[in-house]
Amino acid sequence: MVQLLSTEQMAEFANSGCLFFDGLIDNETNKEFLNDIGHTDIENVDNMQKYFQNIKASSSIPRIPAGTPLKNAYPHKSPLEKIFQNEVVAGAINSLVGSEAVVDHQFLHLTFPTKYFKKTNQRQMSQVNHQDSTIDPRITFDIQLFYFPTDVTKEMGGTRYHPGTHLRIVNEMGIAKYQNIKGQKNIVCKAGTIGIFHNGLWHGAGVNFSDEIRYMFKVRLQPTEKQELLWDPEKKYKPLPNKALYWTDENQEKTVNDILMKSYPWQEADTNRLDKINTIKFWRMLTGNKNLDIDYWLTRIENELY
Amino acid sequence: MTKRQKVLVLYLKFPSLEAEVISWATFDGTGQKLHMTGDSDEPPYPTGLDALLDGWRLFQSSQAIPEHPGEEFRTSYLKHEFFFEKIEEGDF
Repeated sequence: MVQLLSTEQMAEFANSGCLFFDGLIDNETNKEFLNDIGHTDIENVDNMQKYFQNIKASSSIPRIPAGTPLKNAYPHKSPLEKIFQNEVVAGAINSLVGSEAVVDHQFLHLTFPTKYFKKTNQRQMSQVNHQDSTIDPRITFDIQLFYFPTDVTKEMGGTRYHPGTHLRIVNEMGIAKYQNIKGQKNIVCKAGTIGIFHNGLWHGAGVNFSDEIRYMFKVRLQPTEKQELLWDPEKKYKPLPNKALYWTDENQEKTVNDILMKSYPWQEADTNRLDKINTIKFWRMLTGNKNLDIDYWLTRIENELY
Repeated sequence: MTKRQKVLVLYLKFPSLEAEVISWATFDGTGQKLHMTGDSDEPPYPTGLDALLDGWRLFQSSQAIPEHPGEEFRTSYLKHEFFFEKIEEGDF
């Protein structure tokens, strides 16, 4: 039985563009994954490309043609099949991209430690900020599921990401000039953590200053059905009524609308308002409610009488 | 003695130098420090004006470009970009 996301988790995803499930996958499966890829100590690795080629040649990670249904993608009883069959992982996927999602691509990211760069006399640099693939103005969205088979400490330079950037339409590395962005986060997590990013979320890999190889297995999934109320098949979600604007009530409990309207420190004063408008439009799509509004942002500008 | 350029790029919360820094990048032509993506979580200055007060010279800022009709709500790159420089002299 899969565990679909809650409305609050969906609102968190709509607002921030990401969700995390810390230490979700059990240690036995994590070890199985690492054994399967032939994880070894960095002292035993002379060449990054050769190490990666060995993983491709000997692990159970299959070659998956783009567009393959996720349900047929991974070998029976392989660690990756177990991960995708986890009830929380399967529930999150079904909630966001449906039960008939297809694999766009997969990639095992390897981030080598300083020792390797010293040994091979190479400059060790972080990956620049980017948005994956290319300019993507669709309303439909894909997800990128990240699996971390080991603990990721701060010094390991876990994936850097910028919550709330996913609805900004940019051209891949066109954002590389932003070296640092206020509120940037780096993934620090326990082994077995699963992260799910909206395909538009700005991100990049950090520098690995530890002595261990850092792994991150990524799969991009594409929906084949409309992404409306997939997390709420009984259609219980009802928008909240309008509230009095600029009339704060400290005692009021946090609502789904508060989650949706959260701001981030990197947002410009003017464009932040457009980010809110775009989040409401995104929430309209996810809920299938074309008239829904929050804090009157869309009602105000849709009141066109001429 | 030779001269080398250091470049500081600040992205501000609104298009005035008194505004808060929300993103930043530094490129050091002296070779003394290698800056890279994700290397600091705190901005070098709280505002653009603070950079001027510390001797950085502004040499370029982004223009105000009206939104394209029909695409007024499309969001994209950070808008309020300011390029500063410092010229350093030394034996590099």
